[in-house]
Amino acid sequence: MSDQFPENLQYTAEHEWVVQGEPAVIGVTWTAQDALGDVVYLELPEVGAEVTAGAVIGEIESTKSVSELFSPVTGTVTEVNDAAVADPSLVNSDPYGAGWLFKVDVTAYGELLNASGYQKLTQGS
Amino acid sequence: MTTPTSPLLAEHEALGASLTEFGGWLMPLRYGSDIAEHNAVRSRAGLFDISHMGQIRVVGPQAAQALDYALVGWLSQLYDGKARYTMICQDDGAVIDDLVVYRLRQDEFLVVANAGNTPAVLVALRQRVAGFKATVEVPDRQQALIAVQGPAAQAILQLPTLTETEAAEAIAMLPYYAITAARVASIDVLVARTGYTGEDGFELFVSADHAVSLWRALLDVGATDGLIPAGLSARDSLRLEAGMPLYGHELDLTTTPYEAGLGRVVRLDKKDEQGEPLDFIGRDALAARRHSNPARVLVGIKSLGRRAVRAGDVLVPDAARPDRTVGTVTSGAPSPTLGYPIAMAYVSAEFSAIGTELIALVRGRAEQVEVVPMPFYRRPAATSALT
Repeated sequence: MSDQFPENLQYTAEHEWVVQGEPAVIGVTWTAQDALGDVVYLELPEVGAEVTAGAVIGEIESTKSVSELFSPVTGTVTEVNDAAVADPSLVNSDPYGAGWLFKVDVTAYGELLNASGYQKLTQGS
Repeated sequence: MTTPTSPLLAEHEALGASLTEFGGWLMPLRYGSDIAEHNAVRSRAGLFDISHMGQIRVVGPQAAQALDYALVGWLSQLYDGKARYTMICQDDGAVIDDLVVYRLRQDEFLVVANAGNTPAVLVALRQRVAGFKATVEVPDRQQALIAVQGPAAQAILQLPTLTETEAAEAIAMLPYYAITAARVASIDVLVARTGYTGEDGFELFVSADHAVSLWRALLDVGATDGLIPAGLSARDSLRLEAGMPLYGHELDLTTTPYEAGLGRVVRLDKKDEQGEPLDFIGRDALAARRHSNPARVLVGIKSLGRRAVRAGDVLVPDAARPDRTVGTVTSGAPSPTLGYPIAMAYVSAEFSAIGTELIALVRGRAEQVEVVPMPFYRRPAATSALT
């Protein structure tokens, strides 16, 4: 199950993952893409946008449903994964790699969980 | 109450399906990619477990007359071995359920109801049939229903490893909306040329005892022709593209067949053998409704942007006046076949003309949409043999 909950990432209760750094990298979890089904459309913040931890900053849409995307961090967006916007199936095939969503120059982190904490959360729901 | 489950549940789990609750049943939502499952049905074939559908038999010398009274359709006109799409309505014309009724023989009909509505359909049918020499029966033993849908469906069912020559010919000759007994994979089944995908295809009625054998045989033999298992997610996007209503979305107890654009199923012209008009439940209300223009109409919607409109989103004529609602979306999704989002919606009659531009409010933001003809997708004529 470690493929689904990598130890080196941090997570939010809204099913985003974060790699802390300068900039931080953000995406959605294996669990999120599994629940959504085939992702067909991503709406991401623009480069330069100011994002706030816990606020809605985009949408992730599949054939079956749509989910809002929350920012796990506060800061300025430095880069958006144009490859994933062009081919949203990357979110399904490689949610922790090629399917990353955006990068942020972080001024503050929101509430984050470690892998086991997030795994417990998904299994409780 | 425990959640009823299909006799195929263990098969779905072994195939790694994501399961979902639907109509009170635990059923496969998808096995892998729902777009791949959708596309398989459009290009080759998909295998669906639809054992959640209710199977009810109406039997007896007056079974046909009883159904003429109980349903809005003219079932006594149906030939043996033929099927019809029809509805059961309340006195006020509201739709209790939409049904496919098969005439198995002169005095026996098979009524297929939506899973969640089957208890209500049973109650209504029993009350309505009480005055006739006919009975409403639910099989003692659980039944299963397996659908093979797609342009390769007939070729798969005719494979000699599945079906002997005589049965294969009977299946090939079966017209659209007809049913016949056949042996498939050495199992006695009823094969109907019906479906809910907009493709050619078949539905196989089989006893629960033999469902697993039939499912495995179809998957094994059909694999070389591109048959893959498909879940309810694909079934929903396929039926939406085909413009087919789903009870609870386009049809419910506030809707008559006329608003849904399905007034053709209401047979106000049905007569008995003496040529006298036949009474049926809902007749007066539906006759009145037929001649009054419905205030709201079911239409097809195409999104001009990439965000899909979804069930419950409201439609307005003017983004500056978001409070002036003229319609509500009942089903919507990105269409895998067409590549843009589509939806069905009830709109005020004055906004229902093809080409009308409207604004959908999608999670608080305006999206440009346009009223378009339904169905959104029609299968190529070359593959629609016998329909």
